[in-house]
Amino acid sequence: MDALPTIWFIAIAALWIGYLLLEGFDLGVGMHMLFTARTDTERRVMLNSIGPVWDGNEVWLITAGAATFAAFPLWYASLFSSLYLPLTIVLVGLIFRAVAIEYRGKGTSVRWTGAWDRSIGVGSLIVAFGIGAALALTTTGLPINANGDRVGGAFAWFTGYAVLGGFAVVGFCLVHGAVFLALKTDGTVRQKANRFVTRWAPIALLPIVGWVLAVQFTSGRLSCLLLIAGAVVAVSWAWISARRGSEGKAFLGLSIFLVLGAASIFANVFPVLLPSTIDSAFSLTTSNAASGSYTLSVMTVVTAIGLPLVLVYQGWTYWVFRKRISDTNIPAAHTVVDAVRT
Amino acid sequence: MDALDIARWQFGITTVYHFLLVPLTLGLGPTLVIMQTMWVRTGNERYLRMVKFWGKLYLINFILGVATGLVQEFQFGMAWSEYSRFVGDVFGAPLAMEGLLAFFFESTFLGLWIFGWNRLPKRIHLACLWIAVAGSWVSAFFIIVANSWMQHPVGVALQNGRPVMNDIWAVLTNNTALLAYSHTIFGSLAVAGGFLLGIAWYHLWQRRRDGIDTVDADKRVIVGEAREIVGRDKADHRVWITSLRIGAVVAIVGFAAVAVTGDMQAKLMFEQQPMKMAAAEAACQTGTSFSVLTIGDVGATQNCDNVVGVIEIPGLLSFLATGTFDTQVKGVNDLLPEYQAKYGTTIPDSPVYGAQAGQSIQYVPVMQVTYWGFRLMIGFGILAAFAALVALWLTRKGTVPESKWLMRLAVFGILAPFAANAAGWVFTEMGRQPFVVAPNPTGIDGVFMFTQAAVSPGVSLGELLFSVITLTVVYAALLVVEVRLLFKYARAGVAAAAPELFEHDHDGDPGAGPGHDADGDRSGDVLAFAY
Repeated sequence: MDALPTIWFIAIAALWIGYLLLEGFDLGVGMHMLFTARTDTERRVMLNSIGPVWDGNEVWLITAGAATFAAFPLWYASLFSSLYLPLTIVLVGLIFRAVAIEYRGKGTSVRWTGAWDRSIGVGSLIVAFGIGAALALTTTGLPINANGDRVGGAFAWFTGYAVLGGFAVVGFCLVHGAVFLALKTDGTVRQKANRFVTRWAPIALLPIVGWVLAVQFTSGRLSCLLLIAGAVVAVSWAWISARRGSEGKAFLGLSIFLVLGAASIFANVFPVLLPSTIDSAFSLTTSNAASGSYTLSVMTVVTAIGLPLVLVYQGWTYWVFRKRISDTNIPAAHTVVDAVRT
Repeated sequence: MDALDIARWQFGITTVYHFLLVPLTLGLGPTLVIMQTMWVRTGNERYLRMVKFWGKLYLINFILGVATGLVQEFQFGMAWSEYSRFVGDVFGAPLAMEGLLAFFFESTFLGLWIFGWNRLPKRIHLACLWIAVAGSWVSAFFIIVANSWMQHPVGVALQNGRPVMNDIWAVLTNNTALLAYSHTIFGSLAVAGGFLLGIAWYHLWQRRRDGIDTVDADKRVIVGEAREIVGRDKADHRVWITSLRIGAVVAIVGFAAVAVTGDMQAKLMFEQQPMKMAAAEAACQTGTSFSVLTIGDVGATQNCDNVVGVIEIPGLLSFLATGTFDTQVKGVNDLLPEYQAKYGTTIPDSPVYGAQAGQSIQYVPVMQVTYWGFRLMIGFGILAAFAALVALWLTRKGTVPESKWLMRLAVFGILAPFAANAAGWVFTEMGRQPFVVAPNPTGIDGVFMFTQAAVSPGVSLGELLFSVITLTVVYAALLVVEVRLLFKYARAGVAAAAPELFEHDHDGDPGAGPGHDADGDRSGDVLAFAY
């Protein structure tokens, strides 16, 4: 039994968890810009709290996708083609969100900033929901045939699990984003973020707990209950810390919750990558969907060098931009006029 | 119209669009590196202004390249699942390396650069830009490696009907990739050169039109200033004339190197993909002549029946293909039977081909596209290179002529290198047809794939129509927004890109950075830049 596909299963799980952990708060902040903030300054405080880091965080998604392509091409091909419509919409969300973050400050009219605020907020919501649905479906199954192609039409993916996964990631991102804002900002944004966490976290985190438990009870490994128990302890600690105003502990606790919860999902489904709901013989697994051992060895070397470096310099970025941001830090918007003698 | 056609249109539209944005990022990056390095080394504020101004335009363009790049990675799996299954073992690796070894660096350090002004020590801040730009160049390398493997597969063995990688070094040092990469990079520099040149020309012209700069009897510039326009001081003139000269030199160097690498690529392609090059030249008959103008229904029917060469230069085609004047270069009519003998005359009777199975294979690419694509690429390139030379000469006395039409030409000329880039890609990708993975004539048997077999079998026409329409509309709308923003910030000059430099009466201290004193009320100076 070749260990490389197992290593790559763990690596891809780690990339997805890294993505949810890091872009999770970016997406949450994006949604809070639309739903929680009330003034332009509040929105700018929120946006600038993720300003230096959001693009680097999004690379976790790109790398998770590309690593899936490299290590398990059949998984990549089946999952992405089966989810054609939802991923198209996720892409539109990602495009608008990215462009909006960069362009929002390049105009001053209410119409301009309002349109981009909606793009960021709705875009973040769509991305969180779509990625959540996709990840839930790859852990619970899609109707794929022997060749790995989806049968049952363009909406065959639309199941209760898709909706559950969507709400799970949206809910998690909202809480994670609020915990992040509480930690990284000051003033009214910090107050609102804290209020959101203490008031809404127990409800917003229900769907993700539901997803974790659903996987546990359908394909359950008893040992994964330990991970889930750890996740429950972590999230309780996070909530208690948030209520006490320990924002750093709340962020840490919620992060541990995500890591353990998502790890329980991946550990439960292993070695299945994408179950077929038609016939379990068609399911994609680490042994029938993986690249050859040469490719996996090369990728292992590259990742062993590349990923620790990424952790170091992304960690350094958070250190550089460690200070809280508040409304007094936001410079006034400049109007842009043609350099012309009238 | 079937699903295959729509999937191809979608890939074409999204890729050409993505590669309108990317060359500017690739080309402008190194010029920013030069400018900021000059500022750090000399302390001359001219370079600081340059890096702030061009950096602003760079970022406006950069983000759309990032956003549309996501579509590129996703659509292999979404619309081309059979392709992804076939090539995944070798094609996914460079994509993953691009993420791990390039995109992470590029995005993280660009974020540090954007928000790190005055927060990071000057040299570290400069290093962030170096790393980000290097990241963009490395990412271009990996994606060209992936593309070149489709043009010329190497480093694999066929196992169970699929290519399995056995030599990553061969894949990374594929001669097709090394040449395509240098060709692409120099082409990108040419784009950036034209961009700097056109916009700098506009500002020099505007300064003259506003009566700020005048010329003496020798036509030498007399630099003035306009106190009522923020940023239109004497130093402003130096910003633009230096930018213009950097742009012209970068463009000329870029074009010269593009010509050299392009010639090498063509010679290689005559060996590796002879049909593509024959189609590029509309060379139906075997011979030595290069077509300057060929008329007739060039390839609307993808055959040679109606092709009439009007002007031909004997020997030139041989020279381009092989370096000698008398080697016979095989034409379409002789290549066709060779391809049919090697790769079959009809699409194999296999379920992956669906309704296409059994149809005859069209080995000749659409010659209208290859022939004119090739010529447009070269034509626009030569035009822009010539314009850059003329521009250098016209501005030798320190400013531009007063002519409004020349200014418009310089601004409009920004488009020529973009068009050359797009035409080149359309040519090389359309010229690869009917293969999505072209066969390696001296390589591994069986490692090739017809485009018909590559599309996702489970994805319906309706889904593809939805995505192609949605993406095209979104892309078009965002292009309008980007171009308008570029115009707005280009017209506004340095003052809009770096307002902090002009917030107080500038005392002319060339070493002083922006920020600290300019915004005393920023508590703790948390943000030197804010969205």
